Amino acid sequence: MKSLAELAAIREKMKDKVILREGSANKRVVVGMATCGIAAGARPVLNAFVSEINAAGLSGEASVTQTGCIGICQYEPVAEVFEGDTKTTYVKLTPEKVAEIVEKHIKGGQVVQAYTIGNADK
Amino acid sequence: MKELSLNVLDITKNSVKAGATLIEILLSETDERLTIVIKDNGCGMTEEVVEQVSNPFYTTRTTRKVGMGIPLLTLAAEQTGGHVAIVSVTAAESPENHGTTVTATFDKTHLDFTPLGDMIPTVTTLIQGSPDIDFVFRHERPQGTVELETAALREVLGAEVSLGAFEVLQWIEEYLQEQYASSV
Repeated sequence: MKSLAELAAIREKMKDKVILREGSANKRVVVGMATCGIAAGARPVLNAFVSEINAAGLSGEASVTQTGCIGICQYEPVAEVFEGDTKTTYVKLTPEKVAEIVEKHIKGGQVVQAYTIGNADK
Repeated sequence: MKELSLNVLDITKNSVKAGATLIEILLSETDERLTIVIKDNGCGMTEEVVEQVSNPFYTTRTTRKVGMGIPLLTLAAEQTGGHVAIVSVTAAESPENHGTTVTATFDKTHLDFTPLGDMIPTVTTLIQGSPDIDFVFRHERPQGTVELETAALREVLGAEVSLGAFEVLQWIEEYLQEQYASSV
């Protein structure tokens, strides 16, 4: 059985990590989680970003947050990746595409052009 | 929406936006009926707004002029012969006791009943998005009750570890999975 003692152990383990993290997230992933996004499959997409980024050991470099309707409902599920002054808009996402984006873009720094809004209708 | 658990996620987001600090998601299920209650202590809505939210052409968002959250939930409930009721008290009406309660009832035996689906990612997604809000999740089923109160977890975690931390979310996911599995 899962116990609260395990949670206390997580707390102990995380204490040091938290200090490392302060202000160091240089990439921000924002997932659209309004009605349009949720209906189109944003819930597994959001969860894929959270788990893939963590699995790649990148939780110190990239944060994942949720937002409302971005205004391009026909392209949902949508995620925006912010990096300094640049923004990349990924559209019609699936957990599989997310795994690729985390590997190539979040980790490798290379935008996955095929999934960006510029290529959505091609 | 493919699963009612997605409607629950969508409707609960309204409570987040209403500035709630405590949100209760209470499901109670028999073999024939399902009742979903989403209760918050947010800013509440005036009577006029409560009347309007069922209209798909009413929305608080600014990017688009339609709001489908409540209409989709209402559709899912009414197509089984159930219904949706919204009770709301604004902060102006009652500074002490304001908030909104959305209650949806479903006939599970109806052909057009949308399956509830997986509530676990709905709960973890909400906590990930709003780690500072207190959530109470309770799912009463004939097989047994599944429960989670984030306030109790917060007490153990203290101020320095967020409920939105991956390790914590994973613990929550497994904690709920265990409860669902053990009460089958």
